Amino acid sequence: MIGNRLVACVVLAWLFGAAVAVAYVRDQAYGETRAVEQVLYVRSGEALTRASLSNAALLADVYWIRAIQHYGGTRISKEPGKRYDLLYPLLDLVTTLDPRFTIAYRFGAIFLSEPYPGGPGRPDLSIALLEKGVRAEPAKWRYEEDLGFVYYWWLHDYGKAAQHFERGSRIAGAPWWMRSLAAATLGTGGDRRRSRFLWQELYQAADNEWLKNNARLRLTQLDALDEIEQLQRIAQAFAARNGAPPSSWAMLVRTGWLRAEPLDPAGAPYVLNPETGRVNVSASSKLHPLPIEPGAWMPQPQKQ
Amino acid sequence: MKVLGAIALNVFRESVRDKVLYNLVLFAVLLIGASYLIGQLTAGQDMKIIKDLGLSAIGVFGLFIAVFIGIGLVWKEVERRSIYALLTKPITRVEFIVGKYLGLLLTLLVNLAVMAAALYAVLGLMTWFGPASLTSALDAPVFDPGLLLAIALIFVQLALVTAIALFFSTFSTPMLSAAFTFALYVAGHFSADLKHFESVVDSPVAVYLTRTLYYLLPNLAPFDIKALVVHGQPLAPGYLAATVLYGVVYTAAVLLAATLVFARRDFK
Repeated sequence: MIGNRLVACVVLAWLFGAAVAVAYVRDQAYGETRAVEQVLYVRSGEALTRASLSNAALLADVYWIRAIQHYGGTRISKEPGKRYDLLYPLLDLVTTLDPRFTIAYRFGAIFLSEPYPGGPGRPDLSIALLEKGVRAEPAKWRYEEDLGFVYYWWLHDYGKAAQHFERGSRIAGAPWWMRSLAAATLGTGGDRRRSRFLWQELYQAADNEWLKNNARLRLTQLDALDEIEQLQRIAQAFAARNGAPPSSWAMLVRTGWLRAEPLDPAGAPYVLNPETGRVNVSASSKLHPLPIEPGAWMPQPQKQ
Repeated sequence: MKVLGAIALNVFRESVRDKVLYNLVLFAVLLIGASYLIGQLTAGQDMKIIKDLGLSAIGVFGLFIAVFIGIGLVWKEVERRSIYALLTKPITRVEFIVGKYLGLLLTLLVNLAVMAAALYAVLGLMTWFGPASLTSALDAPVFDPGLLLAIALIFVQLALVTAIALFFSTFSTPMLSAAFTFALYVAGHFSADLKHFESVVDSPVAVYLTRTLYYLLPNLAPFDIKALVVHGQPLAPGYLAATVLYGVVYTAAVLLAATLVFARRDFK
């Protein structure tokens, strides 16, 4: 009896082992089966809410995880022409299934605004998502702050930015500086000092590691912009004295203009264009590409 | 009362013998596994997701217990022919039905209590051993007693579903009873659509019929306060009391219907 059972156990183990071995050999020979492209079968949040039978919040979590995976996967993908097509529909589903999912609005707005290839570069969709958040919870000043921020940083529309900062400042619990920020933004538009203040505020208030890291990166980029300005001045002074821009950092070091080859705050060497004398961060730097600063942005003349 | 207690206890023992409590192990594994995996899959909101998952799992596990045990409560006795021996004893048919019902309710109560404790335990483990960022930016405290309110309403909803399963069990086969109970459960979540049917049709007769159906069918959607609790939203005590009262009254009506049907059954 015990012998039979032992034989059965051995056969069972052998069969399972054989199944694993066959699967391994098949995967090695033919490659793993995987979906060719990501598909979102249901796009109606209302329909999903009904179909969830009172489990809409859990379904929202599932779609939220999918949105994160979609954004993260596409962001790190090396595929040329990669697309973030599902990002907004996924975030829209999440926030319809759970209209109080604060982080989906706030993270979603950051993801959507990120310029390509780091994100889809769609601040218009960020605004649509945040406005949906405002409709769901009008008493949340954070959404107004985020809306103001998107208008300020990505769209350089200081009038609209000030409008949202002002609207947010009128909500109970909003910080004192929002009202003065609204006035200053309206008065002087964007400058680096104000950008730094905004990112610092976001960094300090960040309740999540990802948000903190993103704000830290932006602050470091602003530091790099400060340093680039100084380097630019040195390169210009060199060109004024020698009649041509410096051909390399080594030349500036040799001639005593610099003590060493300058590195950006992320540790990568700055790039000097020998023809124009323009300084920038290296394409391999973690800080690349640097943002277009609100202050540096000029309205383009309208085409006739 | 003594008879009711004896029948109820017997149903509970039977469910333990049938390894129903194994679902608790599955629940614990699900939550512990999820609490580890979620940290890898998402960016923040781990606590919210665990609360959502825990509450939904409590509802789904409870639903399966209520339906799959509920539909067999009477049918099993008839199939095994033990009903003949039972009814010769000093037990009325009403006592038989109510006793069976209370037994399953006890099973559900024990299950829900253990699952609630497991949910709090997993939340505690995440708080004490997880990174500090897990507990920041929460809409509601980690050990929010409001979770118990959500679980209490799930229990009342399951008590109603159990009564429906038991009702079908008094005259139908388990397969059909399960189908009917699940159908009513699904319909119970769409009641609001029936109430507002006039927005899709013009016919006053159709509107009248759907409005009648809205009041006749069990309205299960109001028992769902999971999202509100997880987001720390205030709940009106009047709303909670009215929902519980609705559940109790509807359950009593279904149980009465079950006893009426069962009383008329001929076991000769």
